[in-house]
Amino acid sequence: MTTAAPRGLRRGRPPGRSRRDDRNGLLLTAPTLLVVLIASIIPLVLVVVFAFSEIRLVDIPRLGTEPIEWTLDNFRRALGNPSFWQALGTTLLYATLAMIGSVGVGLVLALALRRPFRGRGVVRALLLVPYVLPVIAAVTIWQTMLNPQYGIVNAVGREFLGWPSAVGFLNTTTAEVWGIPIPLSLLVVVCFEIWTSAPLSFLFITARLQGVAPSIEEAAALDGANSRQITTRIVLPQLKGVILLLCLLRFIWTFQSFSEIYLLTEGAGGTQVMALKVYTELVTRADIGSAAAYGLLMSVVLVALLVVYIVLARRKVDVE
Amino acid sequence: MNRRRSPLAPSRAASAGRAVLIAVALILAIGPVLYGVLLSLRPYSAVVQNPLDVIPSWEELDFSGFTTAMLDEADGGFGLGRFVLNSLLIALGTVVLSVVVSILGAYAAARLRYRGRGAVNAIILGVYLFPGIVLSVPLFVLLARAGLTGSLLGLYFVYVATTVPVAIYMMRNYFLALPESIEEAAIIDGASLPRMLRSVVLPIALPGVVATAIYVFMIAWNEYFYALLFLVQDRTLWTAPLGISQLTDFNVPVTVLLAGSIAVTLPVVVLFFLAQRYLVDGLTSGAEK
Repeated sequence: MTTAAPRGLRRGRPPGRSRRDDRNGLLLTAPTLLVVLIASIIPLVLVVVFAFSEIRLVDIPRLGTEPIEWTLDNFRRALGNPSFWQALGTTLLYATLAMIGSVGVGLVLALALRRPFRGRGVVRALLLVPYVLPVIAAVTIWQTMLNPQYGIVNAVGREFLGWPSAVGFLNTTTAEVWGIPIPLSLLVVVCFEIWTSAPLSFLFITARLQGVAPSIEEAAALDGANSRQITTRIVLPQLKGVILLLCLLRFIWTFQSFSEIYLLTEGAGGTQVMALKVYTELVTRADIGSAAAYGLLMSVVLVALLVVYIVLARRKVDVE
Repeated sequence: MNRRRSPLAPSRAASAGRAVLIAVALILAIGPVLYGVLLSLRPYSAVVQNPLDVIPSWEELDFSGFTTAMLDEADGGFGLGRFVLNSLLIALGTVVLSVVVSILGAYAAARLRYRGRGAVNAIILGVYLFPGIVLSVPLFVLLARAGLTGSLLGLYFVYVATTVPVAIYMMRNYFLALPESIEEAAIIDGASLPRMLRSVVLPIALPGVVATAIYVFMIAWNEYFYALLFLVQDRTLWTAPLGISQLTDFNVPVTVLLAGSIAVTLPVVVLFFLAQRYLVDGLTSGAEK
């Protein structure tokens, strides 16, 4: 930071500069640290404590007055429950598909909108609308579109595509399409997630594309490379970093998404994901210990994936 | 052959394909939103009878969905007006608290070389990536123990905590872009740190601060999960997203629900487009490296 300052100035600085920075830095970050401590670090400790103890909602007023009895029962029950494993599988499938879709669609759109054309600014702004839309509005619109009685999708399907009866998009666990069973509601939820999150991927990839120098591409084109080769050999490798990072962030966020699924299906039609499980354990079953255990197991999966990502990223750096 | 073509100019087929792709993307992105807006302007009976008839005719144009959604129950409506007011209180309060806290934190992260800086930055990033749903269980218990569930206070606290990491990240980018020499000159002239922040840094960084404020507003305005967890018991405190989702269970005509959703959407969409350039810069500037 001092590189910009002329030498004489740096030497002429009052001697207390670094100590003053120390004090001011801590002073300025104190409010942030306080918020983070109360809202994240203490809860993080508590979630571990809760997960290893039998606590229910009715016990809240007595909390802190009695010693904690440590137990593994919450984990034993969760891991012995087939619905836990099913929820884990559903969540992994959901997060993986949504991640691939969101980053893929974002990439295709960013490449398609790369070269300037008239109205590009407007198109770009309009493509961001699904991202800006509040979840509640997006969900209400999708529920209306997919409604069996008056939704436009079913109306078009029955009028023009010859569907024999209305399809319950939001509560059908498996549907046969040309004899192949597909998890219909889960796919609808995945599509919804892609619809709302692809614009963000598009934004990030577009920002990175602006840093790709056109001169290399021109040189390649003059050497006879066709446009597909230029995209796959020159542009995409430069985007690899941002794409990997986006994949990681999207996966982490989708893995824990609650509102979208809860509002769309309330977990019907095989869309019972881990976040919904945590909520059900806490609110419906009033079991704090069990909810905390589910949450902790979720974090374990995420941390494991994060470690894999870091190891992979590091190994790639080593090879290069 | 067209010899004046740049070597990078796409072939005609590629251009046509790209145009089709962009058109499809636009329809998929905007189509559902338009559909929602148009249905909110039609009477419910017409929607049920002719689901394919999306565009309302002039004489069936019906704005009563909006008034019915907004009016209090006492006046024959669904009380969304009050929910919107609650949301506004929550969102504005969150913006003020979160922006003040993160201006200080972001300035320290961008400019001051203090001891422990690396650790502080790592903690903030870690918190940002940590699953919020996991922390919701202890937060619910803590706030219930403190008697803050069923009050807006608890929500303020959680919203500030969830928005501060992003706000710091965004504002740090803006502070880094400011010329450092101005601050050094102010300090040499004897300005104290608070004075320098207030009268030198903030005026220049104002676009960034406004963009961050709008982003925080959007998050607080849209949030659903914690509102459900803390406020569902007390109807008078419902925020707009919570109110609309609860009304779904009351057999409210879908046109009214859509009208409510559109009414909730308008402020954020307008704000977003007013500040689009700054918002996009602030969110993505890390991606250019």
